[in-house]
Amino acid sequence: MDDIKRKYVIPGDVITTGPYRAEDNVHLFGDKIIATTVGISEIYDSGVRVIPLTGVYVPRIDDFIIGMVKSHTSLSWELDINACYPGILPAQDVFGRDFNPKVDELTSRLKTGDLIAARVANSDRSRDPLITIADRDLGKIDDGELIKISPTKVPRLIGKRGSMIQTIENATKAQITIGQNGYVVVSCEEAEGLLKALDAIKIVEEQAHVPNLTERIQEMLGSSSE
Amino acid sequence: MGVRKSDIVLLDDKGIRCDGRSIEEPRRIMIKAGVLKNANGSAYIEFGENKILAGVFGPRDVHPKHLANTDRGILRCRYHMQPFSVGERKNPAPSRREIEISKVIKEALEPAVMLENFPRTVVDVFIEILQADGGSRCAALDAAAVALADAGIPMRDMVSACAAGKVADTIVLDINNEEDQEGQADMPVAYMPNLGKVTLVQLDGVLTPQEYEKCVNTAINGCKLVYEFQKKALREKFFGDSSQ
Repeated sequence: MDDIKRKYVIPGDVITTGPYRAEDNVHLFGDKIIATTVGISEIYDSGVRVIPLTGVYVPRIDDFIIGMVKSHTSLSWELDINACYPGILPAQDVFGRDFNPKVDELTSRLKTGDLIAARVANSDRSRDPLITIADRDLGKIDDGELIKISPTKVPRLIGKRGSMIQTIENATKAQITIGQNGYVVVSCEEAEGLLKALDAIKIVEEQAHVPNLTERIQEMLGSSSE
Repeated sequence: MGVRKSDIVLLDDKGIRCDGRSIEEPRRIMIKAGVLKNANGSAYIEFGENKILAGVFGPRDVHPKHLANTDRGILRCRYHMQPFSVGERKNPAPSRREIEISKVIKEALEPAVMLENFPRTVVDVFIEILQADGGSRCAALDAAAVALADAGIPMRDMVSACAAGKVADTIVLDINNEEDQEGQADMPVAYMPNLGKVTLVQLDGVLTPQEYEKCVNTAINGCKLVYEFQKKALREKFFGDSSQ
């Protein structure tokens, strides 16, 4: 079961042939399973997938994301969620069920440029993704620095069971919120800690492929704090 | 002082061409992926004396909106020659030839790019010819395919392109500028090497059916050679090596 075969692939590379299930970022051509993006292919159990190393964010239902308000209509906000589609946040989500577009002014709650922590409520081919903030820990982000990283580097920034992000948080006393869409908000009471955390995130993004990165970040933060 | 065009020996008795290559030898190829910071994906290619930059944006919102397709994305392509890319200044406005090549490159890439995954969006491919030699459309296609892969746009396969042609009654691979102007036929071919499918064939000149077949096969062999360079470029950028 633990026998996962990994390989570097580019579009068009034949990963394997045979009775495997074609999962993410692969396509079936006859009995060949072919990679569709640059990444690392994984063959496990009966499935084959490619973990992409580059590309845009594709919204998926239940993803935790960070969005920036771009504009609004009388019924909803339009968010920049770093995807090829704008996120739609309906006004009912913020004002509650008794929302009345004649009375309630949307800008009184969220203005252009505001950041929100949100979840993808629905995403399909026919409409722009629907965003919600109706849950615990979701809503407007009051303070912090926004930093944009590639969405494909998000898992690396989180690390195995959150190891990387915990390392950075513990060393800098900063609070880091990571959206699946590659938007990261860092807040810290001390300016020095904030700058260090931002540097560390940039390094993780640039060197995502380097082994033992967590230790190196630990070293960097440990040594520079002295 | 220059040699009169009719004086050029396109193919000598030993099967050596005017630039010293043999019949089935391509020009020097160098591809580099990810050369531009602001584009989502980019590539630079040197194919003989051709020097070409390709940049890719997207998938992103379509503007103007009426161009958007509700059930799949669209691909837009611009092939543009810099004024300094040829001997005599070229007017930077798009010419008839550039508009045609833009269309041809777009249609050669479309079968490979999985646009159905991104409805209502556009993928923009910009190609700038910095220096032109013969066969710039093939080289531009090669760079565009690498740039698309660099941008992380899902593709069924890479697209590799190479020309073949007829020079001094012989079918030769990858014809250069002199051979293009003085030769008897020029045939650019684009090919998806893993799927074994041709996405572009053009022919300027007259060939017999036997010559045509040989010419297509020669060009496809050239595409397979180019594919190795495309692979190498992407591997170098993403995996830091060119090995398997």
